[in-house]
Amino acid sequence: MAVDTMTHTSMAAEAAGMPRAKRESHFGLMWRRFKRHRLALVSLWIVIAFYLVALLAEFLAPTDPSAYSARYTYAPPQGIQFFSTNEDGSWRFFPHVNGYASEVDPKAMRRTFVLDPEVEIPVQFFIPSEPYMLAGVIPMSVKFMGVTEARAPFYILGADRLGRDLLSRLIHGTRISLSIGLAGVTLSLFFGIVVGGFAGYYGGLFDSAVMRIIEFIRSMPTIPLWLGLAAAMPKDWSALQTYFAITIILSLIGWTELARVVRGRFLSLRTEDFVTAAQLDGASDWRIITRHMVPSFMSHIIAAATLAIPGMILAETALSFLGLGLQAPIVSWGTLLQDAQNIRTLASAPWLLTPGLCVIVVILAMNFFGDGLRDAADPHGR
Amino acid sequence: MPLIPMGDKPILSISDMSIVFSSPDEADIEAVRQVDLTLTPGKTLALVGESGCGKSVTARAVLRLLDKNADIQRGSIIFAPGDAEATDIVQLRQDSLPLRAIRGNQISMIFQEPMSSLSPVHTIGDQIDEMMVIHEGLKPKQARERTVALLDQVGIPGARERADAYPFQLSGGLRQRAMIAMALACTPKVLIADEPTTALDVTTQAQILDLLRQLQADFGMAMLFITHDLGVVAEIADEVAVMYLGDVVEQGSVFDVFAAPKHPYTQALMSSIPKMARKADRVRLSPIKGTVPAPRDRPQGCAFTSRCPYAFEPCATIRPERTAIGDNHHARCHLLTRQPAEAAA
Amino acid sequence: MSTLLSVEHLSKHYTLSGGLFGKERRLDALTDINLTVEAGETLAIVGESGCGKTTLGRCIIAAQSSSEGRVVYHPKSGGDVELTALSKREIKPWRKDIRMIFQDPMSSLNPNMRVFDIVAEPLRIHKICKGRELEERVISTLEKVGIPAEAVGRYPHAFSGGQRQRIGIARALVLDPKLVIADEAVSALDVSIQAQVLNLLEDLKAEFGLTYIFISHDLGVVNYIADRVVVMYLGHVVENAPTELLFERPRHPYTELLLEALPIADPLRRKGRKTEARGEIPYLGNRPVGCPFNTRCKYAEDRCRTEKPALRSIHGSAQEAACHFAEQLSLKGAYDDAPTKEFA
Repeated sequence: MAVDTMTHTSMAAEAAGMPRAKRESHFGLMWRRFKRHRLALVSLWIVIAFYLVALLAEFLAPTDPSAYSARYTYAPPQGIQFFSTNEDGSWRFFPHVNGYASEVDPKAMRRTFVLDPEVEIPVQFFIPSEPYMLAGVIPMSVKFMGVTEARAPFYILGADRLGRDLLSRLIHGTRISLSIGLAGVTLSLFFGIVVGGFAGYYGGLFDSAVMRIIEFIRSMPTIPLWLGLAAAMPKDWSALQTYFAITIILSLIGWTELARVVRGRFLSLRTEDFVTAAQLDGASDWRIITRHMVPSFMSHIIAAATLAIPGMILAETALSFLGLGLQAPIVSWGTLLQDAQNIRTLASAPWLLTPGLCVIVVILAMNFFGDGLRDAADPHGR
Repeated sequence: MPLIPMGDKPILSISDMSIVFSSPDEADIEAVRQVDLTLTPGKTLALVGESGCGKSVTARAVLRLLDKNADIQRGSIIFAPGDAEATDIVQLRQDSLPLRAIRGNQISMIFQEPMSSLSPVHTIGDQIDEMMVIHEGLKPKQARERTVALLDQVGIPGARERADAYPFQLSGGLRQRAMIAMALACTPKVLIADEPTTALDVTTQAQILDLLRQLQADFGMAMLFITHDLGVVAEIADEVAVMYLGDVVEQGSVFDVFAAPKHPYTQALMSSIPKMARKADRVRLSPIKGTVPAPRDRPQGCAFTSRCPYAFEPCATIRPERTAIGDNHHARCHLLTRQPAEAAA
Repeated sequence: MSTLLSVEHLSKHYTLSGGLFGKERRLDALTDINLTVEAGETLAIVGESGCGKTTLGRCIIAAQSSSEGRVVYHPKSGGDVELTALSKREIKPWRKDIRMIFQDPMSSLNPNMRVFDIVAEPLRIHKICKGRELEERVISTLEKVGIPAEAVGRYPHAFSGGQRQRIGIARALVLDPKLVIADEAVSALDVSIQAQVLNLLEDLKAEFGLTYIFISHDLGVVNYIADRVVVMYLGHVVENAPTELLFERPRHPYTELLLEALPIADPLRRKGRKTEARGEIPYLGNRPVGCPFNTRCKYAEDRCRTEKPALRSIHGSAQEAACHFAEQLSLKGAYDDAPTKEFA
């Protein structure tokens, strides 16, 4: 039955004339199939939004992520309000945050904050700031939003133990966490395609050897392996060095999965008639691989890679959470969550869990997006 | 509407049946349009046509094996076994008891690819036993005896041992035989064969055709044989129905249709196959021009208009009626009812 | 006629490894194949699945390596080119002369390339022309096979099966080949489309002076298109004869069996045979001793089970068969299936 309906739809596509579907490339078709997948489409926008945040971190973050203020330890989230009540009871547009009123608990000798609705600190958008380099390349001196009053507190999502702005730290952490996922997958992809491609195209002894090695690597428990490797990192390495070291450690396992996907594709494509046809055209191995084989499974590889990113992000978060990945002063979701390790802290400052929420949202979005891509890339999918 | 052939009463009559496919993105497609077919005990009706003509859909409709997006919009499929009351299969509810009692028991089906209908994890003997146990309430021991006899009858050498074989252990031909045995387990009154020999080599195909003929003589079942191969039709059929884009364009006794095809599509199909002739008598093939249009671009009138060499004025707009040409021979073509000259005038 | 290609003692076997601890087994796909292809003829290779006809085609065109023997190409320019002895680089110029058409029009065209690029690819690889000249050549070739110029920017999935096969034919012809190997080129097509493609192949042959090796299982088509037929069974050539001789009076019992099994589209010539236990093709790795066909042959005698018959000319004619009793047996052909008057 399935066959018959399929012939009907494909016959429909063969209609006389040249409807829009005719000139579509493989990627065009894939996009059309992908669009039908609502959840994946929404997820795609979420992922794009997160990467935009990562890219524009300096612009979006209201303050320096490492600027601390002892006065506002564990200050709760202020939220942001857009309207204010006039004295006559009418409303006006006036974006602002409330100030804090602090009280000191005489017994515990602990300072607690409550929001003071009387104090309205105006929030302004596109305010001038200290000059900085956006993403390290574009010189800029304007920020998305902030308060202009000197020494006024601005903690939309609250503050941490040192009175640092959680929102700013989260935005900068997004950059690190997301980029480490991307960099790790890129590295994995490179190894995966090279190794998997050779194994799949030439087959034979090399293929067997590679597959056994991959099985060996995959049979190792990952967390202890990462822990061991991360622990072996010299403590005196710079932030950048640890960043790259972590990326490499994560890719060390990640490439195996991608290599298997690539190899499988090569193996199945190698026997396709159109590859034989290219051989009979007299095409060189290089031309066959780059022009005929790789484009045919690129979409699958992209889908597989997308599905691999969440794993990387989770791994980084886990390692950093355990204190073995990135170290302060680098801000990542993992290091941010490190602050939330203590149950007592959590009880008094639950907003410190916001990075965890980000992790969940991004991981879910990436998985849905990857699933959608994979379904769309599958030529048998309808 | 359905014609009762000389002699025997029909056991299955499809009349005026239309099947519509709906899809969320596109307009509905009428894959089968007002088909009338009759099956008679002991006779074979071949349904022939090119891919996408709706022949498989028609066959599956008889067992209500259509996909969810397909719907029998009109017409009836009357199953009238001599010993019981006639039932309209179209009216039965999916998965209802009466439908299941018919499926596999009274009407059974064999497919092009036996692996798709045999379970890979059970031996063929067990699968056939099960049919008999479920439908006929036999004891497993009795069932096995009958299974072995049946496997023997379909020409599987060493039937008793082979009953314990898994489908993958058999060759393509033997597998097809095992599937036929399974289809015949409950001595059905109607056998639907959907391209049963298409995947087979020519010598195996000949054996399977022989076997089906032989079994039909033994069991006296009616057979609906779906194929795209006119050679196979000529070998096995008593009657033939030619389908094009959902229409049965011509139907009748196999001798009438092959001797004097009346519909231009049937004629074109016949002249598309190379004749078995010496070089001296060789004639160049005259293929049908163009390709089969998509169902949604099907001409409004006669579906074959766009490719028909004789198409004239009414063809594009008016759908030709089913016209009787001779004894039990029908076609849907305007040429049978009016003259092109007359239309032009 | 001159000989365009000769196949001499060609054999191909595979070694099946029996896993880590299993015993290796040898599978003979082709055994001592000898045949010649004359310039301008259509040579059909027929047989059932697993008989080695596809392997033979692929060995001839060097898509697969052969185990023993040689394939020699005799170009018009003179000289003999032993294709089986050439390296990948050395064989490249000869790939222009010998081209292939595939069975499956779906999988033989790269789904990610536009039709123009698919047909242009061989021209680009052989650096024959570029720019305007390339464009003109590609488009004129596509038009010759019936694909309109407006369609060259489309991807293969936008075409029907028959049109795809035409594109595959254009790809084969764009290099101006001498010999075209068509591997089941019309088997996957609907009857009416099959007739179109058969006519096209005939026309192109006349126009370009081509030679075809036409691999098929369909004897009806073979009778129509071929000048000479090679019948294969279990990796052996069992008969090699001009088409009309072979269909008139086959000299090998297997050929007779094939012809007998062929359904004829005429109910008046219905064969109405009795089911006869003819058995099935043995598994390749389990080949009978002696004549490969002896297990299914109804004429087999003791000699057939011990001694393998060689392919030899029958009565010095152009018909060759590998059967001990080829001269004695009176086998039934396909032409004289006169209508049984019973129904008429």
